[in-house]
Amino acid sequence: MKRILVVLSLCMVLAAGSVMAKEWKKVRIGVEGAYPPFSFVEPNGELAGFDIEIAKALGAAMGAEVTLVAQDWDGIIPALLAKKYDAIIASMSITEERKQKVDFSKKYYQTPAKFVCKKGAMATFSREAMKGKSVGVQRATIHDKYLTDNYGTDVDIKRYGTQDEAYLDIVAGRVDMLLADSVALSDGFLKKPEGKDYQFIGPDLNDQKWFGDGAGIAIRKEDKDLGELFTKAIDTIRANGTYKKIQDKYFDFDVYGE
Amino acid sequence: MDFAIIASNIDIYLEGLKNTLILVSISLIFGLVMAIPLAVLRTSGNLYVQAPIRAFVYFFRGTPLLVQMFLVYYGFGQFEAMRESVLWPLFREAYFCALFTFALNTCAYTTEIIRGSIVATPHGEIEAARAAGMSTFLMLRRIVLPSAFRRALPAYSNEIIFMLHGSSLASVITIIDITGAARIVNSRYYSPWEAFLTAAVFYMAITFTIVFFVRKLEKLWQRHLMPLEQLDTKIEAPSI
Repeated sequence: MKRILVVLSLCMVLAAGSVMAKEWKKVRIGVEGAYPPFSFVEPNGELAGFDIEIAKALGAAMGAEVTLVAQDWDGIIPALLAKKYDAIIASMSITEERKQKVDFSKKYYQTPAKFVCKKGAMATFSREAMKGKSVGVQRATIHDKYLTDNYGTDVDIKRYGTQDEAYLDIVAGRVDMLLADSVALSDGFLKKPEGKDYQFIGPDLNDQKWFGDGAGIAIRKEDKDLGELFTKAIDTIRANGTYKKIQDKYFDFDVYGE
Repeated sequence: MDFAIIASNIDIYLEGLKNTLILVSISLIFGLVMAIPLAVLRTSGNLYVQAPIRAFVYFFRGTPLLVQMFLVYYGFGQFEAMRESVLWPLFREAYFCALFTFALNTCAYTTEIIRGSIVATPHGEIEAARAAGMSTFLMLRRIVLPSAFRRALPAYSNEIIFMLHGSSLASVITIIDITGAARIVNSRYYSPWEAFLTAAVFYMAITFTIVFFVRKLEKLWQRHLMPLEQLDTKIEAPSI
């Protein structure tokens, strides 16, 4: 028994050593694929969007070969912990809850959250006006948490697996409002033909308690070195103009925030 | 592992339990009530009566429940005409969509189960009923259906359990059933193990309850087939 223990602990030391020494020549990155314009699937089946291009650019800056793995949002952190991939680049906001499970690089963009409702449906934005309304939100997001904590007793919260499903349901009249990232809402919904009857309502929401410090790249806690590599790579592509080139393809303003 | 998060979120699970039980029981009741006449008609000789029932059963048995639910929930909502029809207030609700799909789905399977056991009625029973001068309806009511139900019970108890497990798909269309509750808890704490294990325990408890009651019913309906020593009450030999 003792010998087995010794062998086992030796193995563990060796394993830990090899993790430490691991060079990141190949990085598998978990992405979502249903969050336009950050991440979506093109008609030809290819993944595209801001997150996707940032992932590729960061890989290039790090000198690593990037493999993208599409994963539903619900399971995106558990799958990282289960080593299905090594990092998440999926517009994931850096929050305290998530920091208990994973580590983050520095942010790679930061945009506020906002509500959307049908044009003319609400004269003013207030808690009273929202009473009894149903609000669609993507499950397990900072928006879900914000809504649950702040309006949980006043509104009927409908939680969706993807943002796309929430868009379908507001058009079908099943929910009165949506809460999501303002850029995702604007580019993924409001600017599209099916979103023409809808508008933003209420203020920009960016309370740090819920909305965190912007979107970062999530990695397992034991891979701190990978997190640093990503942070460095973000600085690199910010400095050499790659970031700006990518963002100009998707947005007409600076998504990096202050 | 941290089951304290389950204890502090038990309300969500209880709400989920309620929704699962309502969804499953209502769709089972509607499914069964519709399946009985359909099964009888399906065994009738008339091809024009049979054909639409065959088509219905074929569609619902031939496609996954999840696909059916997406068709009803997202698919119907795509059509302007549907969104403006009088039915929309019903189909607008995720709950109704789930009930509608589940009821039709279980109805299709149940129709086939009952049809099978009607077809398997021993010829002797039918001949005896005919010889006693029973009308077709009376024969159905007194002989064919009771005997068919008896034979269908084991297969139908499986259908009940499949329906219970299938109902977990309701969580996909925003309904908070047991699985939906587990997904909320999982998404809040990123603890899939605790969240889904709790859901599994809930489903298992319901399944065992169902199995328990079906056993009781089987005992009641199949008394005449049981060995004497297994009966609870002794049958006295008639005194001469």
